[in-house]
Amino acid sequence: MSSLASATTPSRGLMRRIDGVFLTLVLGAAILWFVPIGMGRYGTYVLSLWMVMSIAVMGLNLTLGYAGLKSLAQAAFMGIGAYTTALLTTKLGLNWYASFLLSGAGCFALGLVLGFPALRVKAHYLAFVTLAFSTLVWLVLRNEQWLTGGVFGLSNIPRPTFFGLKTDGALAFHRFTLVITLILALALWWMIRSPWGRAFLALRENPIRAASLGVNIRTYTLLAFAIGSAYAGFAGALYAPLVEFIDPSPFALSASFFLLLMVVAGGSGYQLGPFVGALLGVVLPEWLRFTGGIYLIVFASIVVMLLIACPQGVIGLVERGWLALRRPGKGGAA
Amino acid sequence: MRLSILATLAAAALSAAPVAAQEKVKLINVIELSGAGATAGTNFKNGVDLAVADINAKGGILGRQIEIVHYDTQTNPGNTRAAVQRAIDEGTYAVLGPVFSGPIGASMQISQRAEVAQIVGGEAAGFTRQGNPYIFRTSLSQAAAMPKIAAYMKNSLKANSVAVVWVNNDFGKGGRDQILPELEKLGIKVAVDVATEQGQADFAADAIKVKNANADAVFVYLNEEESARFLRAAKQQGVNKPMVGETTLLGAKVIELAGDAANGAKGHVGLSVDAPVPAFQEFGKKFQAKFNYASDHNGLKGYMAVYMVKWGTEKQKKFDKKGLADTLRGATIKPSEEPGILIETTIEANGDLDRISFLAEVKDGKQVITETLPKLKP
Amino acid sequence: MVTRQPEPLRARLRLPFLVDQEKPMAEFLAYLIAGLATGAIYALAAIGFTLVWQTSQTINFAQGEFVMLPAILVLASAQFLGLPMAMAVLVGIVAFILLFGFGFKKVIVDPMIRHGVLPLAIATMALSIVMKEGAKDGFSAEAQRFPSFLPAETITFAGISISLQHVAIIVVACLAILGLQWFVTGTRLGRQMQATAQNPNVALILGIPVAQMVMLTFLINAGLAALASVLISPIYLAKFSNGEVIGLFAFIAAIVGGFNQVRGALAGGLIVGVIDSLAAAYISTSYRLAVPLVLLVVIILVKPEGLFGRPEERRV
Repeated sequence: MSSLASATTPSRGLMRRIDGVFLTLVLGAAILWFVPIGMGRYGTYVLSLWMVMSIAVMGLNLTLGYAGLKSLAQAAFMGIGAYTTALLTTKLGLNWYASFLLSGAGCFALGLVLGFPALRVKAHYLAFVTLAFSTLVWLVLRNEQWLTGGVFGLSNIPRPTFFGLKTDGALAFHRFTLVITLILALALWWMIRSPWGRAFLALRENPIRAASLGVNIRTYTLLAFAIGSAYAGFAGALYAPLVEFIDPSPFALSASFFLLLMVVAGGSGYQLGPFVGALLGVVLPEWLRFTGGIYLIVFASIVVMLLIACPQGVIGLVERGWLALRRPGKGGAA
Repeated sequence: MRLSILATLAAAALSAAPVAAQEKVKLINVIELSGAGATAGTNFKNGVDLAVADINAKGGILGRQIEIVHYDTQTNPGNTRAAVQRAIDEGTYAVLGPVFSGPIGASMQISQRAEVAQIVGGEAAGFTRQGNPYIFRTSLSQAAAMPKIAAYMKNSLKANSVAVVWVNNDFGKGGRDQILPELEKLGIKVAVDVATEQGQADFAADAIKVKNANADAVFVYLNEEESARFLRAAKQQGVNKPMVGETTLLGAKVIELAGDAANGAKGHVGLSVDAPVPAFQEFGKKFQAKFNYASDHNGLKGYMAVYMVKWGTEKQKKFDKKGLADTLRGATIKPSEEPGILIETTIEANGDLDRISFLAEVKDGKQVITETLPKLKP
Repeated sequence: MVTRQPEPLRARLRLPFLVDQEKPMAEFLAYLIAGLATGAIYALAAIGFTLVWQTSQTINFAQGEFVMLPAILVLASAQFLGLPMAMAVLVGIVAFILLFGFGFKKVIVDPMIRHGVLPLAIATMALSIVMKEGAKDGFSAEAQRFPSFLPAETITFAGISISLQHVAIIVVACLAILGLQWFVTGTRLGRQMQATAQNPNVALILGIPVAQMVMLTFLINAGLAALASVLISPIYLAKFSNGEVIGLFAFIAAIVGGFNQVRGALAGGLIVGVIDSLAAAYISTSYRLAVPLVLLVVIILVKPEGLFGRPEERRV
């Protein structure tokens, strides 16, 4: 924890720290600000959905790609975030920003509670515990109709306002989502470059050496899992007003598996991986609809072939190509 | 950047056809073709395809051929919303589907904002009670069907206690929530209340539970396949009380799958290819010939949805999207005017339907209609 | 809106031996037998799962679909090739073992196994989508009847109805598993396979043809899945979506029993099947699925290697 506190270093070296990832994020956001113009509401909606899923995948990428923990509950955390925001905004009339923060904080706390006993036993048992957790969350969402609306779901979830501006329109909400996504992505970018994050990378490269240097492995992995879960909560808080309706089905166990697929296919452990992964998971199936009834088969076959060709995911492949081009230099994108 | 290229490509792939032929009218069917609703959705889709083929063969609607596109929702509300939005963006004349009420709830505001009629296959009572004037059913709502079943159990079966078996999704839960107060009103005791999972395969434990409850009748409210599995499990466990249900218990599909375990099942049927309405039976034959299996009630819903569009358009004599919804609202469609509607159908102001329905029983592997029930407001 | 609880509290908290019914014991036995029959199927799926995991560190998330597909292939070969049922069963099963025993290992596992557990696990997940959607689009979205090769009668014994079909499933599955156990411990080939499973490096030094042994486990896995498919489809009906539940339960059974023991998977399958049946009976039908999962978490926290597993020697 002490190294986390010291992570708030002054922004003295900020200019030096700006790198390819940072530039890509900012440039990408600038492009995405304008891309939906003239695209129609459907295209805009799919782009927004892509970004919302990217946030959840970013969180899982921290858990899996950096801390090496296999979580099968990312969609469940997203569901908890979505229901928290939906209930707080519709039933209690709380504003979206407070609900958003509470969704993230709630998932963070749950992540700690869930991760603590599981990680005490053995790192990869977290997968089994989260599998159970995921299904239990789904059962509660479905069965406790008095609270969650059960199988009938919750409807008419309001969209947030931004300094008095409404975001009811597809484009306005798209830009709102974009800003939130950028903030969360940059926060993660900063986190990974902080001393805390560097300890983290050391942990990933060589756990035994990191432990001998005084990195408390369990605390670090637990925090990574909790932060990853909080990101899922944030994603859920955006998902609910995006769709304006939620029921338990998008947060079932299979959705958690699907998020895992996005992390790995995009490139786990790479900061831009989640965006590529979510692009594969959200936009590719929509785009493949022109193939007709077999579009899901085509989609899944592409994923299988992709993984056979590059098990490190798309970004992994790009990096390999990049390194091969400028062989002696160090990799720019990490 | 890459994205906009993708989007352009996708748009090109989809819009290539209608530009060439301006004399077509575009209908988009947003439907469950994968995920939990795949079976119901595929039936609905096939029904739609059959109606479109029929109408196009006879010259289309007002001289225009129908161009039908199906978008899969994966039985997921978020995807359904995307697909309905896409359908609206692509200028669909009306939105057909979906069948599950969660996805309906997630997408009906989109068609409402665009003032486009959405003709769905859902039976849960809730979504026509939200004051949305653009939503239309293709079958009776559970709020209309359940009182009839409760009365049947009281009057014909003289049941004083009943075991309720339902599937824990919006369809089953909706039906259960509708029938419990009806049973209470008639003084019928619920001996046991058994929730089952969507897609559940093993019903042995549920059947034993029902058997031990020892009620006078068993109310079974599951989807077709689960109904068949339950009937077989109940027979294996020696449950010998009358099985009472709705369309999903008495359909041809259930009888085919459950074999002789289906014999003796009885109850209320809204849409059925076995009903004593020649138009229904003819639909059943055409469907069987084209798709090589027997349609369930969702096939009929899809078929009627397209004919509701046809009737409304010919009535208003133009292709006006908002006008279609206005024309359908409050209308009564008679088979003499539009044979494709199959049975006289009154569309109420909120999108609910009123029709005659049937009491039926399975005898020797055949559905036999024992009584025809009049419309609620004849 | 009616918000009545699914069941009265008394029914939720009812325990088998406290209940004020005439034949609580008979009732309990009926649930037990039904649970054992389902559990036997989970066991067949879980054993293949653990075998493949032991020899090649492959987590097969398509295991449920492996149980779903053979029945579909059987029906498809009866329908499209016009074969009589007995032939169709043979053709379907052989085709399945070739495709998803041999082919699965060659096409998907071999190129990916070097890159660790996760990419391969994800690939099997995508494979499960291909199998499910393929069965739906290529054959039917509807459930289909599947012929039974077992007696369908019900006998009434001491006041409880026992389905012979259930008894037959338990017997056949147990025979298959005992046969496998005998093969592994009682034959040279089986012992080589077992040695490969325990430590491939040592097995290689001992001159065991490791590659063939690994392939053998994939073939056995496919064979067990096909057996489970043929046994269960007469009751469950053949449908593209049947794998979802079976896959989840096989996974739970494998963890509960212990990932590295055949008898662990057998016990795990039976335990999970029985717990599921009893949960539906005595706890709550709408929270039925929660009970095996809570059991899973408790076992992980108390005995992480599974009820019958050995503590793992190998780092994953």
